[in-house]
Amino acid sequence: MIQQLVMYEEELHRINAICETLHRDSNAKAVLVIDKNGQAMASAGDVQELDVTSLSSLTAGNVAATGGIASLLAEKEFAGQFLEGEKISYHVSIVGQRVILVVLFDGRSSLGLVRLRVRKATTELVLVLEVMVKKSQSGSGQQSVFSEITDDDIDNLFND
Amino acid sequence: MSFINYSSREINCKIVYYGPGLCGKTTNLQYIYNKTNPEAKGKMISLATETERTLFFDFLPLSLGEIRGFKTRFHLYTVPGQVFYDASRKLILKGVDGVVYVGDSQMERMEANIESLDNLSSNLQEQGYDLAKLPYVVQYNKRDLPNAIPMAELEEALNPTKVPSFEAVAPKGIGVFDTLKAVAKLVLTELRKGS
Repeated sequence: MIQQLVMYEEELHRINAICETLHRDSNAKAVLVIDKNGQAMASAGDVQELDVTSLSSLTAGNVAATGGIASLLAEKEFAGQFLEGEKISYHVSIVGQRVILVVLFDGRSSLGLVRLRVRKATTELVLVLEVMVKKSQSGSGQQSVFSEITDDDIDNLFND
Repeated sequence: MSFINYSSREINCKIVYYGPGLCGKTTNLQYIYNKTNPEAKGKMISLATETERTLFFDFLPLSLGEIRGFKTRFHLYTVPGQVFYDASRKLILKGVDGVVYVGDSQMERMEANIESLDNLSSNLQEQGYDLAKLPYVVQYNKRDLPNAIPMAELEEALNPTKVPSFEAVAPKGIGVFDTLKAVAKLVLTELRKGS
């Protein structure tokens, strides 16, 4: 029943590299890649001061709500969102219907530049995601460790 | 949908607390948040109205420790219980790995309990899930109230498939962690089966 999304080393490196390039080329403060269920997958830039877990969950909620509005209006999806703040702006786009790309930027960048660079990054991310999904479905990337989990392992997790 | 990161050696799972309005879903999360070590939890987020009714969801990220070298992270969500927030409930169920149904033990909330359970089942179906196949536990909250219905009656009405169930008094923490542990175990067991 549970469909797993699995991230292996190779794809993470590629996604991180795309984030780094986007961060640099768009003069952004930070770049985040989040799965649609709200789990942070990768990031670049000044993320130390951010609460990435909360930001990921709220962004996913926001994207889900926007998707709900889209379907009520008989739109397939609203592919992007832009929130303009006094100091920081927040650009969100959906990549390959599967993950969310967030770019946080300030006055050193502009919406036009961010949009331009996001478009390029999106094309590259789609390719990596396709590989990720294929590997997740086939389980071919690596021998799963979970088949070896015993009842004791699970019980031990809950020993106070 | 669990997310397994081999690179950072993490398993991420999503658990949703479902139930009628004012049954104590948010109170469960608040108790877990208050009793968990700071290093094992993230910030609890509540998107609520001014009268503290859940508007969209509550969110609490928890780390439960390591299993075979993998950090287990559980993201706990609640849904808004009020009937008219159905569109929001459907969104929150997306990608769910395990469900806790929180029932209200009070006699006068029985109809709301049943309506919410039916709603859970149909909303899951709409997303392509089957409640009978999903890691799922039931909690009967507010057991301390004088108008609480006997357990046998609640079980018959709200737990026909006899999944693990727990009596609870959420503000005092009674049954709260037992419920969480039970659903987390089922989720991890399911993960093992799926591997």
